[in-house]
Amino acid sequence: MNDRIEKHIELNAPVSRVWRALTDYRDFGEWFRVKLEAPFAPGQISRGQMTYPGYEHVTWQATVQKIEPERLFSFTWLPYAIDPKVDYSSEEPTLVEFTLKPIPTGTLLTLVESGFDKVPAHRRAEAFRMNERGWTTQMQNIERHVGEK
Amino acid sequence: MSARNSAALARARRVQAPVFAALGDATRLSLVAKLCERSPQSISELTAGSKLSRQAISKHLQVLQEAGFVAGAHVGRECRYAFDPRPMDDIRSYLDQMSRRWDEALGRLKSFVERSTQ
Repeated sequence: MNDRIEKHIELNAPVSRVWRALTDYRDFGEWFRVKLEAPFAPGQISRGQMTYPGYEHVTWQATVQKIEPERLFSFTWLPYAIDPKVDYSSEEPTLVEFTLKPIPTGTLLTLVESGFDKVPAHRRAEAFRMNERGWTTQMQNIERHVGEK
Repeated sequence: MSARNSAALARARRVQAPVFAALGDATRLSLVAKLCERSPQSISELTAGSKLSRQAISKHLQVLQEAGFVAGAHVGRECRYAFDPRPMDDIRSYLDQMSRRWDEALGRLKSFVERSTQ
């Protein structure tokens, strides 16, 4: 059974630019929508406050695994471990890996998130519910954005 | 949220054992295959033609039951087991949702790096 997510996306920007967007904590926060407290460092926990509309109360947390310049950036996290009342410390995290490759038009970015087989079913249900709410918010944002034009 | 989704979530919340792990075993997969062909079946029927003991089959059935793939019902003195595909739908929905999340995030990354390159 498939227990991983894999994405490939071509970016019209040089590898150095994409690398910075991924690994500079301020740049990362811009597109991921999280306000991080400190730069990423291998083996260190990275924390911050989500800025994604509707999720501002959520603390983002990941453990940086590898930083191999302009090639690989990876971290582990617990997807949607966002209920402050729940202790998630005993749960197995998933691994998120960004791999960069130069192509004539810029950069080929590959994202792999693996290890979903270890996420307990009751947590998957929770993440599912969170996501549904996220989508509603997202659609409203798009509507508002389009409406302003 | 639709009634179907609420039901799926309530069911998934009851399930504590990892659903993926339940299917990550050749014997359990073959039990699921047998039950897909014909449900319900008793332990005796499921053990017939297998090298494994009744006890071993019973243990595997228990794992499948905990993950929600199999439901057991007593008929007289015998327990009969039936396949339930719903946990599979829950997993698929979950991965679909996570996948869409990444599409959104990578879309934002794309606009971000392409905007600041120009």
